[in-house]
Amino acid sequence: MFRKSKIIITLLIATFLFAFGASTVFDAQAAPKQKNIILTTTTSTQDSGLLDVLIPIFEKKTGYFVKTIAVGSGQAMAMGQKGEADVMLVHSPEAEKKFVEEGYGVNRRLIMHNDFIIVGPADDPAKIKRLKSSAEALKKIAHAGALFVSRGDNSGTHAKEKILWKQAEIAPTGQKWYQETGLGMGQTLNVAAEKKGYTLADRGTYLALKKNIPLEILVEGDAILLNIYHVMEVNRKMWPKVNAAGARAFADFMVSRQAQEIIGKFGVDKFGSPLFFPDAGKKVEDLGK
Amino acid sequence: MDLILQGIIKAFHLIVSFDPEVISITWLSLKISGTATLISLFVGVSVGVAVALNDFFGKRLVISIINTGMGLPPVVVGLFVTIMIWRSGPFGFLEILYTPYAMIIAQAVIATPIVMGISLAAIQNLPPNLRLQILSLGASRLQMVWVLVKESRLPLLAAVMAGFGGVISEIGASIMVGGNIKGYTRVLTTATVMETGKGNFDLAIALAIILLLLAFTINFLLTQIQQRQQSR
Repeated sequence: MFRKSKIIITLLIATFLFAFGASTVFDAQAAPKQKNIILTTTTSTQDSGLLDVLIPIFEKKTGYFVKTIAVGSGQAMAMGQKGEADVMLVHSPEAEKKFVEEGYGVNRRLIMHNDFIIVGPADDPAKIKRLKSSAEALKKIAHAGALFVSRGDNSGTHAKEKILWKQAEIAPTGQKWYQETGLGMGQTLNVAAEKKGYTLADRGTYLALKKNIPLEILVEGDAILLNIYHVMEVNRKMWPKVNAAGARAFADFMVSRQAQEIIGKFGVDKFGSPLFFPDAGKKVEDLGK
Repeated sequence: MDLILQGIIKAFHLIVSFDPEVISITWLSLKISGTATLISLFVGVSVGVAVALNDFFGKRLVISIINTGMGLPPVVVGLFVTIMIWRSGPFGFLEILYTPYAMIIAQAVIATPIVMGISLAAIQNLPPNLRLQILSLGASRLQMVWVLVKESRLPLLAAVMAGFGGVISEIGASIMVGGNIKGYTRVLTTATVMETGKGNFDLAIALAIILLLLAFTINFLLTQIQQRQQSR
């Protein structure tokens, strides 16, 4: 009996040792040091599946290895500000402008857009369905005291939400009907669905999750609800360790015709309409017209 | 109810079809957590035994610290490891943030106090006269330690199980230092959270079931050894 258990122990240890040996192969695809690019981005680009399509093509084409860290736009830029990222794909225009002005980011370029929507339960207790103005809708939600679920994580969506509250002249923080999740878009939508609350979401993530959540689009099409994505490179002058060449290569790829075509077609087969609209080379003022 | 059933069916399907993505995620989980456990076993048992067998000033304080470490919150470990190894940190030159190595380090830090605490208690639980007996039979100090470790192998196996179970199911540190990068640092726990966020509940349930099966298999094998030795 003892022998048998000895064999099992030996096997287990052998497996772990083998695993340890194999672990030295982890870096095989990223052998040269500056081949690694750290891309910080928003949860929406990952949760929608867009980056899973784009990045393998970029890696195959250039030999770079992209480490995608999907967080909110706020955190994505905070990492760039500390030099912990090389390139950012984000959707928080006001914060991005500030980021470039302060010298942390360079070469901010327009990539694509889609739009935000206000979603909520089908019975719509605050009666906001088909309102044209999103600020008006938020006012009604506040007056009805209906639950509003916020990202609360300084993401691009959260930044947009704060602009809308400001327009509605309401300070929601601390109100009983206002809850902050601190989570990504997908999880926040799940929370809103579970609690029958309203929330602001980007259309891409909402469409990707629609099959499982009973929330409906209640307000859409307001010009202020435009959701615009830019790519920015971290300023090498601030952080010499940054992989500037890799960041440039990735940003160039994102505005290339090949990537733009993929963005335009992404999601059509699954949802019947694209999740993002490619905008490279356009002007922000012309979007959504 | 439908969802759970769908999840189980999907899990079954993914396992029997050897879905390459799921296989690679599972294998990576096993590799990272297995390596971390191995490191923690080496460090934890040596330090645990050394502390148990030596009397020194402040021993109780050291034991208290080790026992506190057994409940070290993974997110705290993740945070500190991140601060240490990011580009501007003291070990930034290693460039290992968002790599499997960083995950191994973080998981080893989590598992080591667990292994250390259990092996310390195990050695201390042996009859105190045993040491004197072994020494009086003419054993060297090293031989004595070896006999003691062998004597406490049952709780030591429990230490391995606790350590491995702790790190394979851990997410806080893994997602912070690993970053959940596809095909590189995406393990079962981080993938489960991401698929839940994406609304792919069936896939998330499938991954969760695979994680449970993996933890169960390892523990089953170790328990086999443990119980067999006891009945001997």
